[in-house]
Parts: sequence; C-alpha cells; structure tokens
Amino acid sequence: METPIIRIQNLGKEFKTANGPVRALQNINLEVSAGEIFGIIGLSGAGKSTLVRCINYLEVPTEGDVLFEGKSMAAMSDHERRRTRQSMGMIFQQFNLLAQRNVIRNVCFPLELAGVPKKEARERAMELLKTVGLEDRAQAYPAQLSGGQKQRVAIARALATRPKVILCDEATSALDPNTTKQILELLKDINRKLGVTIIVITHEMAVIEAICDRVAIIDQSRIAEVGAVSEIFLNPRSAIGRKLIMGEAAAQAAGTAVSGESGRSIRIIFDGRESAEPVISNMVLACRAPVNIMYAATRDIQGKAMGQMVVQLPPDREGARRVIEYLESIRVPYEEVNGDEV
Amino acid sequence: MKFDAVTVNMLKTGIWESFYMTALSSLFAYLIGLPLGIILVVTDEGGIRPIPWLQKILGVAINLLRSVPFLILLFIALPLSKIVIGTRIGSPAIIIPLTIAAAPYVARVVESSFRELDAGVIEAAQSMGASTWQIIWKVLLPESRPSLLLGAALAVTTILSYSAMAGFTGGGGLGAIAINYGYYRYEPFLMWVSVVLLVVMVQIIQEAGNRLSRKSDKRIR
Repeated sequence: METPIIRIQNLGKEFKTANGPVRALQNINLEVSAGEIFGIIGLSGAGKSTLVRCINYLEVPTEGDVLFEGKSMAAMSDHERRRTRQSMGMIFQQFNLLAQRNVIRNVCFPLELAGVPKKEARERAMELLKTVGLEDRAQAYPAQLSGGQKQRVAIARALATRPKVILCDEATSALDPNTTKQILELLKDINRKLGVTIIVITHEMAVIEAICDRVAIIDQSRIAEVGAVSEIFLNPRSAIGRKLIMGEAAAQAAGTAVSGESGRSIRIIFDGRESAEPVISNMVLACRAPVNIMYAATRDIQGKAMGQMVVQLPPDREGARRVIEYLESIRVPYEEVNGDEV
Repeated sequence: MKFDAVTVNMLKTGIWESFYMTALSSLFAYLIGLPLGIILVVTDEGGIRPIPWLQKILGVAINLLRSVPFLILLFIALPLSKIVIGTRIGSPAIIIPLTIAAAPYVARVVESSFRELDAGVIEAAQSMGASTWQIIWKVLLPESRPSLLLGAALAVTTILSYSAMAGFTGGGGLGAIAINYGYYRYEPFLMWVSVVLLVVMVQIIQEAGNRLSRKSDKRIR
C-alpha cells in the first residue's frame, strides 16, 4: 500500500483551563489515503473540531505527530508549516469569508498570500467560481449571498492553491437540508474530478453516509472505531457507533423495547437486494410468531438504499429462537440491541 | 460685543488653530496608537502571536498614561515640547502633550475595534498559511475598517475637546478664546460663540466618521 497522505500518530491534546487540564484528544491514530473522502464523526464535545485543527497544526498537539505526505508536521518550522497549509484547504461551519472583500477577491485571497501575480490569481479565481457555479456573483459581497452560496465561495477559496487535502469542519451544519445535499454533491464532485482528498468533520451520520468512503467515530477524546462506512453501518462494534448509526429514534425504540416487560430486540439491516422482498411478512409467516416493529427507516449510503429496522422478538424463548434461525437462514444481517448501550 | 472684523478674524484664527492642533495631534496619536493597539491584540494570550508579558506591560503603561488628568499631563509634558518644538507656549507646543494623552486612548479604541472581528476569519487566514504580518495587513486592518473609522471619529472629537485646554498654557484655538473671554474677562457672549463653533466642529467630525464608516462597510446589503 502507498503511504497515506495523512498519518496521525499517537496524537494527544491537552488544554490548560482554570479548572485544571482538560484532555481533548487521547491516543489518536489514523491514516487517510490519498483520494478518499474520510469522515470523522462524534457528538459535540467529543474532540473532533480539535482533531481537525491538529491536522493542519492550527492547534499544536501536546503529544504525537501528524505526517503529511510522510513529513512530520511537528518537526517543521513555522515557515514550513505555513507552506504545508497551502496544500491543505479548509472550510468552516460559519464560512469565515472576508466580509469586506467581494467574492472574487475572497477566492484570490489565498493566492495573494502565496504571492501569485494578480492577473494569474484572478484567472484562477474565475475558473474556480465556474467550478462552484458562482461566476455571475464574482462582484457580490458575502453579505449579499445565501448560506449555500457563501459555502461555495469558501470551497472555491479552499481550492485556490490547488491543495491535496480539504478539511471540512462541520461545513454543512449551518445549512438547510436541501443546500446541505448540494454542497455535499459538490464536494463529492471535486473529490472525483480533481482527486482531492477530503476530510469531513460532522456530528451528522447522514453526511457521512452521503459522501464518505471511510469513517472514524470519535467519542470522549478517543477513536471508538474506524472502518468503511458500509461495514460500520452493517456492524457497528462500539456503543457510540450504534447510537450514531441507528439514530435517536431507533435508539429510543430499542430502549423502550428493552425497558418493556418482553425483553430482547434486534436490529435488522437490509441492503438494496432484500428490500425488494417482504422479509418481515415472510418471517412472520415462516416462524408463526408475532414481532413488534419498533422502528424502521431507509438510509442512502453512497447512493445505495440501506434499510434498518428495530423489531422486538416474540416474548417466548422458542419464538425468539425461530426468528433468529429464520434470519440466519435467509442471510439477512442482524444484531441484538441492548437499551443500556444506546 | 459685536461681530466686528477683529472679532471675526480672531474666531477664524481660533477655528484654524483648533483644527490644526487636533489634526496634527490625531495624526501623531494614530501613528503611535494604532501600532500599539495592534500589538495589544496580536500579543494577547489568545492572539495570533501571544507574548503575554509584553501585552501586560503595555496594558499597564497605557492605563497609567490614561489615568493622568489631561490638565496635569499638559503641564508635565510642556518641558518636552520645549525640547522637541523649541517652545512651551502657544498652539504648536500643545501638540506634544495632546499626542501623549491621545495615543494610549487611540490604542484602546483601535484595540476594541480589532476585538470585534470574528476569530473565525483570522483562523481561516491561518489555515491558508498566512503569516502574522499578512494577517495584520490583509485581515485585521481591512476587515476592521468600518469600526476603525467610527473609532477615529470618537478619538478625534476627544482630542478636539482636549485641545480646548491649550488656553491655559498660552496656546490658541476656540477653547482658548472661550477661556480668555468667558473666564478671565467675563464676556460670556464670545465664550458661547466659541463653544457653539466647537460643537459644530464635533458634529462635522462625528457625522463624517459615521458616513465614511457606513459607506465603507460591505456587510450592509
């Protein structure tokens, strides 16, 4: 395997506060390959924003190192780090455009910092505005744009210096669902056409499902699990993974089922193939046992429809065993869920 | 008391003297205060180049200077005017104490303008590899421009009102006319005329500041 474009090694970050030190990150090890879209998901306060800022050394880690194309960021001088940052674009939740500059001058800004001649910079900026579909707004000021347009400008700006990596810090969290979808499409497009590696920080599983190849789940300052998105969707190994993938509604449903008198419930996962077949009704007919559907939903994972359902098993042991056996026999993935975990 | 040619000429001279004392002192105060304000923000603990000890020392020094009443600072600083300008009386002499009093004030005014700036914008510039100087020149100053202009109106009007005390040390300007005629000669009419002229000058400066600030601000649609 080729060397990863970013390798995070034993990274830790401790903040000094008035109430003593706070560990924001502990023992983080991750590898991001060139050309992939890598997601980092966690609840708020899990440390994901700190982690993304450690990748470009906006936050200096207190332990460990980040290797960018095999070069240690820790060992770099200030000057070298600034040069390296030009190979890592970044976009933010609040867009962070320069309010006193118009759109084209915002996109020119990183080129100006890098000392690119003005004429060349403007040409490059116009080209990028075309890529993000905003060439007609070049003279507008950020205050005149919608949230989605501002994020497009920010994406064009992040791409200006032809970076190899784009870091997205909750880039769609301030946008409505429709705009979110468009921005995610744009990011995916950029990844495909330009081959730019994208690292996405988010608290929304839907964002990960929509564009990421692989995902790291971060919980309480540590990595809980890492893997391909589809793999983790099928089989989350950590409690936090389950919680994030099932979503609040499903987790609550599973919780209610367990706290009820009748005990066990399972999560059944369908991919596009099975969703055409009436799995549940076949199961009920075959097992002659009633099941209680607590929650059901479909998710769109990388363009593939994936469904999940939380069902309560029949209260009697025999009925429950028959249902499990039936699922095994038709090879539908399932897992038992426990209300305490979620 | 009537508006004869002599009085009108005296008032004209007064306006001119007030104007140039204020203008020159403001210019020098900004030449000193603006960099100090930048240092205060940049070297702050959460700033882009934290140097906490320097920030603290500078903060204390500015507070010290700001706590000396201007009238007292005026007398303390006049010997310095003798050295720099060659005289301790008259309108030019007061420019030195005015600058000394106004520079720390300006430093605080511009500091608060810079602090209004969204930290995210500076972080974005850092993520693009901007150096400290680039952030100061290309982010901090231009992005704060509307607020800096409003602050300038505030600072210049304050300097104008300080300049009115030049009368106590043989300086000129509208303030000196008000003090000499109103206070020493009991001629309230001329005092009021000078005060009204000062009020008009303050209004003009403030209004100009407001307009420039609004016009330069691209955040307004």
